[in-house]
Amino acid sequence: MTEPIADSATEELLDLTVVVNGVPRHAKAPARRLLSDFLRHDLRLTGTHVGCEHGVCGACTVLVDGQPMRSCLMFAVTAQAHEVTTVEGLGAIDSMGPVQQAFIECHGLQCGFCTPGFLTTITAYLEDHPHPTADEAREAISGNLCRCTGYQNIVKSVLRAAELRAERAGTTT
Amino acid sequence: MTSQMFGAPVKRREDPRLVTGGGRYLDDLGHSALAAAFVRSPHAHARIVDIEVSDALDVDGLVGIWTHEDLPGRVGEPLPLLIPHPTLTHGRTQFALARDEVNYVGEAVVMVVARDRYVAEDVCQRIRVDYELLTPVVGIANARDGSALVHDDVPGNVACRMLQEVGDVDAAIAAAPHTLELDLDIERSACMPMEGKGVLARWDSDKGELRIFSSTQTSTGVRAAVAAKLDLPLAKVECIAPDVGGGFGVKINHPWPEEVLIPWAARLLDQEVKWTEDRREHFISSAHERGQLQQIRVGFDDDGRVLGLDVKFWHDNGAYTPYGIIVPIITSTQLLGPYKPGAYRCEFWSLYTNTVLVTPYRGAGRPQGCFAMERTMDAIADRLGLDRAEVRSRNFILPSEMPYDHGLLFQDGRPLKYDSGDFPASLAKLKALVGWDDFAAYREQAEAEGRRVGLGIGCYVEGTGVGPYEGGHIQIETSGRVNVSTGLTSQGQGHETSFAQIVAQELGVSIEDVFVTTGDTRRMPYAVGTFASRAAVMSGNAIALAARNVRAKALRIAADALEVSAEDLEIVDGDIRVKGAPGTHMTLGTVSVMSNPLRYAFDEAAKAATQFAGTADYSKPPVADDDEPGLEGKDFYSPTQATFANGMHAAIVETDPVTAEVKILRYCVIHDCGTMINPMIVEGQVHGGVAQGVGGALYERMVYDDSGQLLNASFMDFLMPYASEVPHIETDHLETPSPLNPLGIKGAGEAGCIPVTAVIASAISDAEGFAITSMPISPVELWELRQRHARGEIPSLRGTRHTPSAPVTSAPVTSAPSTPSREAP
Repeated sequence: MTEPIADSATEELLDLTVVVNGVPRHAKAPARRLLSDFLRHDLRLTGTHVGCEHGVCGACTVLVDGQPMRSCLMFAVTAQAHEVTTVEGLGAIDSMGPVQQAFIECHGLQCGFCTPGFLTTITAYLEDHPHPTADEAREAISGNLCRCTGYQNIVKSVLRAAELRAERAGTTT
Repeated sequence: MTSQMFGAPVKRREDPRLVTGGGRYLDDLGHSALAAAFVRSPHAHARIVDIEVSDALDVDGLVGIWTHEDLPGRVGEPLPLLIPHPTLTHGRTQFALARDEVNYVGEAVVMVVARDRYVAEDVCQRIRVDYELLTPVVGIANARDGSALVHDDVPGNVACRMLQEVGDVDAAIAAAPHTLELDLDIERSACMPMEGKGVLARWDSDKGELRIFSSTQTSTGVRAAVAAKLDLPLAKVECIAPDVGGGFGVKINHPWPEEVLIPWAARLLDQEVKWTEDRREHFISSAHERGQLQQIRVGFDDDGRVLGLDVKFWHDNGAYTPYGIIVPIITSTQLLGPYKPGAYRCEFWSLYTNTVLVTPYRGAGRPQGCFAMERTMDAIADRLGLDRAEVRSRNFILPSEMPYDHGLLFQDGRPLKYDSGDFPASLAKLKALVGWDDFAAYREQAEAEGRRVGLGIGCYVEGTGVGPYEGGHIQIETSGRVNVSTGLTSQGQGHETSFAQIVAQELGVSIEDVFVTTGDTRRMPYAVGTFASRAAVMSGNAIALAARNVRAKALRIAADALEVSAEDLEIVDGDIRVKGAPGTHMTLGTVSVMSNPLRYAFDEAAKAATQFAGTADYSKPPVADDDEPGLEGKDFYSPTQATFANGMHAAIVETDPVTAEVKILRYCVIHDCGTMINPMIVEGQVHGGVAQGVGGALYERMVYDDSGQLLNASFMDFLMPYASEVPHIETDHLETPSPLNPLGIKGAGEAGCIPVTAVIASAISDAEGFAITSMPISPVELWELRQRHARGEIPSLRGTRHTPSAPVTSAPVTSAPSTPSREAP
């Protein structure tokens, strides 16, 4: 998982507070605890998945102050000054976000393991690019790996999510 | 009315949970479990001289360190050889922890258990293993040479030599007007599911029971293997596959060393223990596939009909053969695709190398076989100056010839007998979809713009739904909730949905009332597993049969209570009613109450049922001799042979004249998997398969150096396709139902990836004007081939690329509607 520390006879535990999905969360963890492991194992928010541990696959992507970040490349201690959003923060079963709903409608997932990273990435992307073309949608997701879908239905999901966002914006304003 | 469920693109039942962070994959379980990590061999071939752990003992949080000599009894014996075969004369399997010798980089040598994974890895870093290096055998050519051996007692590194022959191949080729020889080469790739393997074990010392969670494609297999290894009664072991983050074959092999060691440690320590494979471990200690060298000799007539086909190939099986020789057997039999070759002989050698072991990866030997056959078809067309599609159609097995027996034995040891398929119709659909007959004009236009384009084609037949069996169990609760269980697992195929569709259709209930459990030995102890595109065929049919049993029982009970004939009843939305008189009815939930004479009134259904109680007949027992309490049904489906799905793909590629980059402009798929339960899911399977095929054709390979180090064991260096590398996939379906099973299903899981390497090789050859014989192909390799071609070292194709010719047979050909162009996704 990580390089070993030089002398691990006893590891100091730090009191960490990270704002996750709008709520300050406290836990004790050593300085080397990755943000991904902190979210998953200390806070038990297991929706964030770890696929490669070297920042390539994007399964562990969370939003840090609204920007997509690889939580496997970040220490929990460094997240303390920031607001973290995980897949759990994008919407629950009875109150799904537009990207989540679009993935269901478009069959944008199969095994579901990479999905949380796509959902967070696309959520952030649509904030800045609310009306992407198909080519732009494909480009937007081309930093995340999926081994199941061949991406075609994920591209479709991005476009559908943009529609749903627009529809929801229309109904709330 | 209950809406039509079977065949509808129903949204997946599992998705709401999976998109909201509610999935429960292996590493999401067991937060308080101890963590295991492994010291793995850094050498491809070495003898273990000494293992020194004293530096590691003072690490805070360490629980235990074990080497092979610590493993008692059967835990210390070699892992099982799952699928023996008479020709696998030299099968070898590894120990859970290496005993004296290591045979690949990544083989587990020491197990460490500690408070968490960080600490366990700290400990691993402090353990020193001394090795005496032995000569590594890397690559098929070196293995075949046999001057160095992987296993001292396996001469020539040959695990297996197998020969199958139909007809007199030598005579057929000698008499043929034309002959050709091809040398082909296909590289290693790997399944690479986004979630690696993982095991969590809980020992209940009060009951002496073990519960295993494994990210596996077969929970029944793991359960039986661990029970045997740990010398536990089967009744005291249960295995559950939680949500599984992709498999693609690698999780069907079992037991993996960790699947034995983690439960063993959990019992020993009387604490929960978990191991979650990291990505590097997955690269170097799971499994790869695909690597083969092939030699083909073919004799054919003036029309391009194959008269004799002689294939030899050498298959790299890695360091051990726990899964037997399934992969090369499949290559040797499925190579034939939709064609009848006259005489056929296939001889193969499965060879040991000091590399990660080889077990099935989606397609399981079929992509290699398809590559061999389709390269041969292109070569025949080129030699005769015929259209490549036309040559294929002249060799097709026709619908009138089904069922077609090749006279060979398939992977299941049963006759290779195709059950169905309409290959001329599939080809006609493919030609129409890709615009086959308009391609010459398209190429002319592209070349006028200075672009280089090529059209490729590939056809395959896929044996699917192999036995021996799967089961289905259905229980209807008094609330009307329908519980369905089948033993095979799910790793993304949407079984919770497609199996629920079958039950909703068969029973006449709402899909919202149907709840499917897979891969849990507590619910269905007899099962085989999810592989070989078999889940829909095997469990789908078993569940349908079970549903029919439940339905019959429900109708019998309701008919009795309503005092009508069962034939006059129908079930609509979970309500049993008299046809034409819907006022006379009762719900399935009420029937469930009535099916159980112990009728405590816990819920409304139980109260409602009392009105149907009737007068008791004290001369009869409460449960009749030929009946059982409860509204349940169970059945197994066990076919006499595999079903055979098929498909045909075509691609248009553009190769950069300067950089030799290959871009797929269009990718077209015709797919026949029989009747479809859920076309949305089938389409998704095809997309994913094609994407993996594209990876295998253009990007993915395992780069071993001469010493057996895997140089690209990370996602930085092993080039799995992103969205930017996968083309938009255009699909069309043909549904020729299988006559072999009640639902007419043929299986769809692996199909998409099978012909892709062949199709892309065909298209690049067509673009470049010389034959591509080695895949995958990178721009550098294509550039070098161009240099060799320019120097005259590689012959030009004679037929000068794609030129449609007039068909001499009456195979149906539909002209394309428009000039091909890249469609927006």
